[in-house]
Amino acid sequence: MKLIVAVIQPDRLTDVLEKLEKNEIHLVTVSHVLGRGRQKGVAAVYRGHHEAGSLLKKVRLEIAVNDAYVKPTIESITAGARTGQIGDGKVFILDLQECIRIRTGETGGTAIG
Amino acid sequence: MSFLAAADAIDKGDTAWVLMSAALVMLMTPGLAFFYGGLVRKKNVLSILMQCFIILCLISIQWVTFGYSLAFGPDKGGLIGGLDFAFLRGVGGAPNNDYAPGIPHQAFMIYQAMFAVITPALILGALAERMKFSAFCVFSLLWATLVYDPVAHWVWGVGGFLRGWGALDFAGGTVVHVNAGMAALAVALALGPRLGYPHQMSPPHNLPFAVLGAGLLWFGWFGFNAGSALGSGALAANAFVVTHVAAAAAGVTWAILDTTFTKAPTALGMITGVVAGLVAITPASGFVGLGGALAIGVGAAALPYFAVAFLKSRLGYDDTLDAFGVHGVGGIWGSLATGLFASKEINPAGADGLFAGGGFKLLGIQAATTGLTIAFAFVASYALLLVVKAFMGLRVSEHEERVGLDLTQHREAGYTLVD
Repeated sequence: MKLIVAVIQPDRLTDVLEKLEKNEIHLVTVSHVLGRGRQKGVAAVYRGHHEAGSLLKKVRLEIAVNDAYVKPTIESITAGARTGQIGDGKVFILDLQECIRIRTGETGGTAIG
Repeated sequence: MSFLAAADAIDKGDTAWVLMSAALVMLMTPGLAFFYGGLVRKKNVLSILMQCFIILCLISIQWVTFGYSLAFGPDKGGLIGGLDFAFLRGVGGAPNNDYAPGIPHQAFMIYQAMFAVITPALILGALAERMKFSAFCVFSLLWATLVYDPVAHWVWGVGGFLRGWGALDFAGGTVVHVNAGMAALAVALALGPRLGYPHQMSPPHNLPFAVLGAGLLWFGWFGFNAGSALGSGALAANAFVVTHVAAAAAGVTWAILDTTFTKAPTALGMITGVVAGLVAITPASGFVGLGGALAIGVGAAALPYFAVAFLKSRLGYDDTLDAFGVHGVGGIWGSLATGLFASKEINPAGADGLFAGGGFKLLGIQAATTGLTIAFAFVASYALLLVVKAFMGLRVSEHEERVGLDLTQHREAGYTLVD
């Protein structure tokens, strides 16, 4: 079992979700986050003053999958989120120790799907 | 005097318009709350709304108990009104022919009450995000009593010495905007900048709130300016039209300046321009026509734009929400511009300005009045702040400022993260 964490551009979210859906990956948690990487953001201007160095809005996806789904998940995310521009985001893959479905008490691989 | 006995002298149309205008001006203070509230950080939004509303409460009480009498009571030496009207004694259904024939004295009083309320509320743009609520309340009450009420008497009161000079201020350019704008500069200097200013400031937390507030201000301003005709006739219509035109011209001008200097027209810039235009046309609205309104609107965007975009960062004071930059600078421009564009063709009770063939006389009077208001408002406000500081301190602690005024001053949060 793996936990896949991806940070992507907010405007790519619908594309990524669509690709995940096509690969039958339905379970995903989405959150709005702030962050910064190496890219420079669009500087906002308030009454003639430039705002500098602020964090940028990003979207974070968390997807827990069985090993067989790791590859299609990564492909869905990269296909949906890649524009070729700096700032497209990153995908992190973590080993997942355990998973428990609260309703039934099932654990492990059966609880994930 | 009974209300019935006075009924003959009352003009129903005028009374209806003045009462309606009073309600319109009242709405400007909640409008200002959203205009300012949207521009601060999340942790301070309630403090702004609360400051505006507590002023609405406190100054209304101050006004009916003694404030109105200080401003409009029988003159004492050209400087202040007597206490004859304290607790609204003698302020009833019969008109006060000195100020507003044809409408109940009470209607004039409550209309003026809304001006007395919004003027100290304007100042709070300069003290946002760092002043103690208690000190704010005490300062606002003292300021209304010792700065606003006297200046209102000087300019508008029968016997007031600036009125005697022949100064024109239709709806409060000096009394409201220059006055509050200079107090704002004083309070920004007395408090000092916020922690982290200017390099670590977060952007406005809710610009749609600010746009909503600007819309309410624009709407209420028709009561402010057209209501100052104190009747429902041609003068009110002229004030209504030039108010609208100046706001529109200033909004467009600011958008063009934004595009020129920072490459994009901003929503905040445009609404700032609109408010500056409304400020600047205020003293002139009963005395100028279309051409004057357009010119005043363009100047009202240009001068405050340079004040907030360039002057403020050069001088380094932290006028949080540009109360001085917009109301002070815009008000000064409007008062001087009244001396340029006023015309007796618009209002025979006014005077001819420079461009109406009146020479420099009116402009000189306007400059003298404005200069005096600038000096008095700044010095008196700064002195009051020093007094309040000596007794109770002005600023919250550094820890409270970091946590935010909503939690530390009001034990509330404007927004929650969970349902």
